Amino acid sequence: MSARTLFDKLWDAHQVKAETESTPGVLYIDLHLVHEVTSPQAFDELRSRGLRVRRPDRTLATLDHSTPTLPPGADGKRPYYTKEAEAQVATLEANVREFGVDLMGWDSPQRGIVHVAGPEVGATHPGMTIVCGDSHTATHGAFGALAFGIGTTEVGHVLATQCLLQRKPKSFAIHVDGALQAGVTAKDLILHIIGRIGIGGGTGHVLEYTGEAIRALSMEERMTVCNMSIEAGARAGLIAPDETTFAWLEGRERAPKGDAWDRAVAYWRTLPSDEGARYDREVRIDASAIQPSVTYGTHPGMVVPIHAPVPAAADAIEQRALDYMKVTAGKPIAGEAVDVVFIGSCTNGRLSDLRAAADILRGRQVAEGVRMLVVPGSEQVRRAAEQEGLHEVFRAAGAEWREPGCSMCIAMNGDLAQPGQLVVATSNRNFEGRQGKGARTVLASPLVAAASAVAGRVADPREYMNQEVAA
Amino acid sequence: MSQTTRPLAYVHSRTAVLRDENIDTDRIIPARFLTTTERTGLGRHCFQDWRYAADGSDDPAFPLNQPQARGCSILVAGRNFGCGSSREHAPWALLDYGIQAVISNEIADIFRGNALKNGLLAIVVSDAEHRWLLDNPGTELRIDIAEGTIRLPDGGSIRFDLDAFSRHCLLNGVDQLGFLLQQADDIAAFEHQQEKAA
Repeated sequence: MSARTLFDKLWDAHQVKAETESTPGVLYIDLHLVHEVTSPQAFDELRSRGLRVRRPDRTLATLDHSTPTLPPGADGKRPYYTKEAEAQVATLEANVREFGVDLMGWDSPQRGIVHVAGPEVGATHPGMTIVCGDSHTATHGAFGALAFGIGTTEVGHVLATQCLLQRKPKSFAIHVDGALQAGVTAKDLILHIIGRIGIGGGTGHVLEYTGEAIRALSMEERMTVCNMSIEAGARAGLIAPDETTFAWLEGRERAPKGDAWDRAVAYWRTLPSDEGARYDREVRIDASAIQPSVTYGTHPGMVVPIHAPVPAAADAIEQRALDYMKVTAGKPIAGEAVDVVFIGSCTNGRLSDLRAAADILRGRQVAEGVRMLVVPGSEQVRRAAEQEGLHEVFRAAGAEWREPGCSMCIAMNGDLAQPGQLVVATSNRNFEGRQGKGARTVLASPLVAAASAVAGRVADPREYMNQEVAA
Repeated sequence: MSQTTRPLAYVHSRTAVLRDENIDTDRIIPARFLTTTERTGLGRHCFQDWRYAADGSDDPAFPLNQPQARGCSILVAGRNFGCGSSREHAPWALLDYGIQAVISNEIADIFRGNALKNGLLAIVVSDAEHRWLLDNPGTELRIDIAEGTIRLPDGGSIRFDLDAFSRHCLLNGVDQLGFLLQQADDIAAFEHQQEKAA
């Protein structure tokens, strides 16, 4: 057999039926993650046809998007933003009972954002195909799993048949050489990549991130990188599994155990792309040249190094983006006044992200007039952070420490910014109105976000790192 | 009722144009309307934050609010339409708003798949053809799905590619879940094989 890429191997291993000229292939799905927003109409579809969930054992649900991040009030009621949000959560709770699906619900110590909690419980394994009605499903590609977002009709297809009708996308290798500088994170790396290949640069492709800078990343950092593959238009992003992956996964609740673990690892070692495997496209990136990076416009491809001038608008459409953001071409984003700082999301809501932000905030204060929300990605992240006292660091600095959820990333649970406010966010999308109607979003790393909270303006975290702070 | 789309052979309409590139699914349907558990009724929120003035009236600056765009069911949009979130609420909202076909020179993958599964035609044309369509709003087009052509008023036509299966499903209103359910034996055989190998 000719040399194959990691993507080729994952694809080939899940073909129930190969595609033909007239029909797409039938692709088997190993793990289906479900949340409250994109599933109700799919469960309705099953009900209307009298169908069951084919593999409840391969289906795992959580509550994350519509959920409040403030605790229940004195009356014990959760402060849902709207009645519809509450009804949507109740609908999923009823659906999982009716169809026999596991739910990491309100009473679960594992509840969290689907792409944080899924890997944490060990549900995500190398070599799997994983889908969810959520475009950030690409996150799980960090484990060498083919993971992508689907719409609600396809959620119904997978619930009923564990399969999808798919044609094979093209492959696109992103080679990242060298090493990231201190103060430059996985978030800066992926923002830089999206800026380089463009918001539609990955359309029709599955990305594979390779090279020495990628191998050096921790699992959490790899998840940050793969998470934003969709922001370059790619449905999926992959990183080959290696010792870092196996060490992270071993012993987790839903990971294989004993002999099954050894057999699984032996198989996972065969997954990395073969020597000489060919990609449809390739690009090379020098990690050492990357600076802390931020977005300046209204999509994640409008990225600049934090001190670099905002580029002049190439046309009326780009000018509209600059006008919406109230930024000026020729001036850097560093120094822009900040109203809100959001740390969290499936991109940057993991323990290492909270630690990085806390390191900047320890002994310092959030600037006057700045509101800062810190939202752990899951209950496990919350507990671990609280055991280390990170919540006390955030609270002492003047930030709000919230309960886990998607929160201000999608801003559908009431956590949102006001019109015109500038938000430095560790999430993944800076679209117009994404964080509230008229809100202006600057995407950044947890380090940049924390430094900006302290400075009250968009700030370079290296100004705050390794400096002694008087206790 | 099962979700089988109505057979669709032609879309015949004048075009409405949104020149913006990268019109993301948050702009098509903001996230705050995703708490619905239905597929219906999203049309009134389609392009919500773009389309209405502060007092809730139609904002005349929104191109689709202009008189000549009213009643158009073909939308010509800038590059990379439908990028971002996988929410199927985007094609549901567009269909409910009255759009039956979207034409661009690039359409985001997940949106395109979602659209076609709901009987919303998503068509990619060349850069030159796209530019002409952007520059000529209000052009009367007749999209022929079986032929894969867009007929222009002057008798000319633009060819477009559509995956053979999507074409078949649109033309015949084929229910893709029904098609998958017919593969049950092959799926069971695959699962058996996979369990043996583990």
